[in-house]
Amino acid sequence: MQRQVALIKQSLFDQGYLDEQFVELEELQDDANPNFVEEVATLYFKDSARLISNIEQALERGSFDFNRLDNYMHQFKGSSTSIGASKVKTECTMFREYCRVGNAEGCLRTFKQLKKEHATLRKKLEQYFQLARQAGPKETARRPK
Amino acid sequence: MLNPGVVGGSSNSDPFPAGLRVLVVDDDPTCLMILERMLRTCLYRVTKCNRAEIALTLLRKNKNGFDIVISDVHMPDMNGFKLLEHVGLEMDLPVIMMSADDSKSVVLKGVTHGAVDYLIKPVRIEALKNIWQHVVRKKRNVSEHSGSVEETGGDRQQQQRDDGDDGGGDNNSSSGNNEGNLRRRKEEEQGDDKEDTSSLKKPRVVWSVELHQQFVAAVNHLGVDKAVPKKILEMMNVQGLTRENVASHLQKYRIYLKRLGGVSQHQGSMNHSFMTGQDPSYGPLNGFDLQSLAAAGQLPAQSLAQLQAAGLGWSSSSLIKPGTTSVDQRSIFTFQSSKFGDGHGQMMMNGGSGNKQMSLLHGVPTGHMRLQQQQMAGMRVADPSMLQQQSMLSRRSLLDDAVVVRNSSRVLPGATHSVFNNSFPLASAPGMSVTDTKGGSSSATAAFCNPSYDILNSFPQQQHHNNNRVNEWDPPNMGMVFNSHQDNTASAAFSTSEAYSSSSTHKREREAELVAEHGQNQQQPQSRSVNPMNQVYMNGGGSVRVKTETVTCPPQATTMFHEQYSNQEDLLSALLKQEGFPLLDSEFDFEGYSFDNIPV
Repeated sequence: MQRQVALIKQSLFDQGYLDEQFVELEELQDDANPNFVEEVATLYFKDSARLISNIEQALERGSFDFNRLDNYMHQFKGSSTSIGASKVKTECTMFREYCRVGNAEGCLRTFKQLKKEHATLRKKLEQYFQLARQAGPKETARRPK
Repeated sequence: MLNPGVVGGSSNSDPFPAGLRVLVVDDDPTCLMILERMLRTCLYRVTKCNRAEIALTLLRKNKNGFDIVISDVHMPDMNGFKLLEHVGLEMDLPVIMMSADDSKSVVLKGVTHGAVDYLIKPVRIEALKNIWQHVVRKKRNVSEHSGSVEETGGDRQQQQRDDGDDGGGDNNSSSGNNEGNLRRRKEEEQGDDKEDTSSLKKPRVVWSVELHQQFVAAVNHLGVDKAVPKKILEMMNVQGLTRENVASHLQKYRIYLKRLGGVSQHQGSMNHSFMTGQDPSYGPLNGFDLQSLAAAGQLPAQSLAQLQAAGLGWSSSSLIKPGTTSVDQRSIFTFQSSKFGDGHGQMMMNGGSGNKQMSLLHGVPTGHMRLQQQQMAGMRVADPSMLQQQSMLSRRSLLDDAVVVRNSSRVLPGATHSVFNNSFPLASAPGMSVTDTKGGSSSATAAFCNPSYDILNSFPQQQHHNNNRVNEWDPPNMGMVFNSHQDNTASAAFSTSEAYSSSSTHKREREAELVAEHGQNQQQPQSRSVNPMNQVYMNGGGSVRVKTETVTCPPQATTMFHEQYSNQEDLLSALLKQEGFPLLDSEFDFEGYSFDNIPV
């Protein structure tokens, strides 16, 4: 079970879903805060869902206020970076770049991709945390190679 | 697990930087949570905040409550750089900026605005481990005596650490200690530092409450029109202070006075917000008459706290005294009466002194209102001699629970302002109810909107009635307070009032309480709550909530707060316009002053 957990985690890193920052978070976890990473992730997904919906609304309006979109995305990028959501972060950067040049089509496309990555990560992490909890606390703190 | 109050091995070795009191501001909850965790791991005492305004309120209320501030650059309510400016000006604390944005221009902006450091997100714990260096460095720079800096700085840290070791339980003593420490240090530094001053890279002079009081007394004595820096300097007789320091300070002071609407120098003597330095228990009120306002304004504690912070930039710890239901009995005006040569028309708010100001109160709900009304009534009374005496007496007695109302001759008849003697108007008149928070924060909150209206409306009349010439101070502040909500004027307002930084003493605890009052669950622990590590000030919708481990903010309260603000802002603007007071934004020349002094 524990090995399974470790494998899942390793794959997340290998596939680029997570990066070093996630490891940092794990190191903050200890006996007194055994579920810290999960708590942060939960908070992140909750907050980012809100951001996503804001962006969605802004895009649907069709007016393409790039400044505002960029602002939203900046926030999104910030939190994604903080938890180490690597692929999501990449999409954010691309989105902002499209905003910068005023490419609406690019924004829409990237946003779609971003949502996809976000959803994928969420699923994978949920899976991971669930397993980790079952496996026991020790495993979650281990650094991936 | 980490016990913030206990530092490993502190008994024999120097636990510093453990216990460093950090205020972290970021609108991103994920980042905030992560940072908090990291900082706690570094054994720092962390307070989180997701809104800049709240952060400022906190800082103002607890002048001595934090050692360092870490703030995000991009925040919805206020630009991080603006916050940085305010903090630098008003509190002179080191501020670290952070952002996911690592572009050179932004980093440069951080530098020019005076940030002591700039961290790129994602922030790693290693970067946070060393932030204490900025605290030490700043202390060294502030102190004018290079030689004694290490010792005093060390002492101070020691002091803080000790306080921290107490588990943050006894904020009063700690802040008092710090205050005393700081004051002592300042004095001794100023005392033996004449030669060094010139040879050292000139550190920024921190205009502490006492210093400012001395200044104001000197100015009053000479007469505002005739006060020249040289003479003021001589009268003040403070070692290490140069004519230039006095000159620039005087300039700011003059502008402030002018802004008050041509208040005569007499009023000037009222010495804004300088809390009576002499009464350590009161701590520097920094002219927060907000408390009195609060009492008068029956504003919910939180709003008061916030307003105060916003408007004045002087967070007087004294302002918020929890459990001030007894306020009416003990409203105390803190004055620097001893310092002021002139009789200030200090208004005493005695709980019972009469309800002349009833009109002001009618928006106010419940018990708070009652108290406040009484206080207000009391405030109106302008009996300088009596006031002074009373204030003196009350000052002493009230320390612990009454709202300290800074009454200066400038008392504003307006419900909110009346209390404050500070030269800097307490913007948050409505916020004054802070003191009452303990008892009925929720109700107070509810009342927030209403009372403010009443108060504001009654302002004009009161101003006319006010013999104490206080009013001028207040309106601008009021505007400030409310505007702060919008984040523009607030900064301006703050800078003016905050130009005079003061080491807050006692007030800190009290103010802290004020701020935190929002959540009902907060009531008890509040007394010294500002510093506890577990406090989180989150602004769900504009209200400050103090929570001990979880953020629980009654949703309605939050909303209410928001609304109140906007209402008040409108009111204030209207009021101010009516009164012919210029809106704050342009008013604050102090900003210029402060900027010059911002160490980059």
